[in-house]
Amino acid sequence: MSGIPWGETKLVQGNEAVALGALAAGIDFFAGYPITPSTEVAEILAREMPLIGKKWIQMEDEIASISAIIGASLAGGRSMTATSGPGFSLMQEGLGYACMTEVPLVLVNVMRGGPSTGLPTQVAQGDVMQARWGTHGDHPTIVLAPSDVEECFSLTIKAFNIAEEFRTPVILMPDEVIGHMREKLTFPKEEEICVTPPSSPDVPLEWYEHYHASATGVSPMAHFGSGYRFHVTGLTHDTHGFPTRKVDEVVSKMNRLKQKITRRLDVLENNKLHDVEESKVVIFCYGSVYRSALAAQKILAKQRKKVGIFRPVTIWPFPDRTVKELLDSKDVILVPELNQGQIIHEVERLTSDSVRVVPLHRYDGYEITPEQLVAAVQEVM
Amino acid sequence: MPARLPYAYRYLRSKKKFPHVWCPGCGIGIVMGSIIRAIDSLGWELDDILMVSGIGCTSRMPVYVDFNTLHTTHGRALAFGTGAKMANPDMKVLAVMGDGDSMAIGGNHIIHAARRNMDITAIIVNNNNYGMTGGQFSPTTPMGARTSTTPYGMIEPDFDICKLTKAAGANYVARGDVYHVIELDSIIKKALSGSGFRVVEALAPCPTNFGRANRLGDAVNMMEMLRNDTINIVQAEKLPKEKTEGKIVRGVFVDRNEIGYIERYQKLCDRVSAGVRK
Repeated sequence: MSGIPWGETKLVQGNEAVALGALAAGIDFFAGYPITPSTEVAEILAREMPLIGKKWIQMEDEIASISAIIGASLAGGRSMTATSGPGFSLMQEGLGYACMTEVPLVLVNVMRGGPSTGLPTQVAQGDVMQARWGTHGDHPTIVLAPSDVEECFSLTIKAFNIAEEFRTPVILMPDEVIGHMREKLTFPKEEEICVTPPSSPDVPLEWYEHYHASATGVSPMAHFGSGYRFHVTGLTHDTHGFPTRKVDEVVSKMNRLKQKITRRLDVLENNKLHDVEESKVVIFCYGSVYRSALAAQKILAKQRKKVGIFRPVTIWPFPDRTVKELLDSKDVILVPELNQGQIIHEVERLTSDSVRVVPLHRYDGYEITPEQLVAAVQEVM
Repeated sequence: MPARLPYAYRYLRSKKKFPHVWCPGCGIGIVMGSIIRAIDSLGWELDDILMVSGIGCTSRMPVYVDFNTLHTTHGRALAFGTGAKMANPDMKVLAVMGDGDSMAIGGNHIIHAARRNMDITAIIVNNNNYGMTGGQFSPTTPMGARTSTTPYGMIEPDFDICKLTKAAGANYVARGDVYHVIELDSIIKKALSGSGFRVVEALAPCPTNFGRANRLGDAVNMMEMLRNDTINIVQAEKLPKEKTEGKIVRGVFVDRNEIGYIERYQKLCDRVSAGVRK
């Protein structure tokens, strides 16, 4: 398949849908380094991008890849990279730089088993906390976790839009099952796609501040070569981008970095809820585990056991308020994860002692099955 | 206001940026002067230039000059520059780096930028040590030299920046120093005037760290060393071998006109997109 088959229904792989979503979002630049299980994203874009005059490069490592996309984004190109665990570790340096310098970009991390080389071809959700805290220092984090192939397409477009709107990196984190599975995908019509246009300042050159403190915390960004000349540094900087150690300037920068996310949580929050309000037992899950949860819910319904499903699509920032509001009155919250327990601590943090938060961990490289979930629910009900 | 301000003011940022971070006697400012003179003589527009750097003393240079400027992470200037150049090929991309930045942590990036013949001019100020962190050894610290992390003398052989980048495929490779400034101006101007990956190694003294650790005297003494211990390649070729032994050779070592990466990529796009139309 070449180009995006607008309006058609096809059998599509998750990683392929990510690549096509990037094309739909108008990607200008991709830099990456081969790594299982994300390689298809790079391969498909290597084939497609030169055909439409867009720039694609395979760099010498993942550090170079994320560095290159930051450089490209600053020069006005919509940019993306794709990797998996070991590469994601290397990219933490550039991720922090992009957070600090407020550069929009999309980083796709298709999760495999870790730590280290781990289980390269098998599924895990072990990078959830790394995505939140992996790069040093306090920093904003936005992470989206698709659960099907359609979402690989639509959330990739959304990731580009959010990155532009918030001037910050957005991480798309399918797990290996989602990246490698194939299922039916009906592509939208081209005119149905909503792409946030790249921002550009509307002030005279001498008035431009690269980090102007607007009401939302985000101001239109000029690009290198546009005539607005500015300085970008990973050092803590003032509103013009020049290094500073002045206490008020440092605090104001750090507060704005945080608040540009926390003040607009409503824009970022995205949960899929099934029978949460009417159930006393709720399965809290994300990524491929959600698919098993849907199947388990059906099996349990036949046994007259009612369970709800709470699935954060945006996993960071965590939906604190909604979780507290909807889940603090439950009897049991089952938190199945393909790791030794990461998101579960967020759920525990937000619920009272009267709520039983029950873990279900699997970290052997295989999926959590519906049967496992059914058994776990039967045990607590 | 004086009738004609020195031309350098056109290239320097007026607000908040001075005094600079460099120590008295440091050679980096002289290299910055050479870069500004070379750009001025080429008549380039400020808007068209991107100066990108990594981390270290040399990498602080972009904050002082009024181009598009990008101070990145340690060793990564060329990777950031690669993305920026590809996204906006009309920009002239200059990467300024130190010896540690470009040869140690950025070693992988420089050999691959050279291999690709990426259209970037890399200006590497070599002061033989990590100045910003207090004078530790770098990949260009000479055998036997003392630094804060080689208190008993350096036991690792050093990299020759010019030989390394020449072997890796750069279009242009040259060495100058901050004593022979007129020569350095012309070497940098030539570096900026072509396509592909272009490297200038500029030798510079670090009297505060390397000079003190090796009892090389003050900044003036270290400048005299550059005068006495280096020789221009044209002169060197005329002299018998014994007269040039132990001297560091300056001049242009490689000046090729191989097709740069940007043009090669564009040709690829033209070829495959034509295929699509058929």
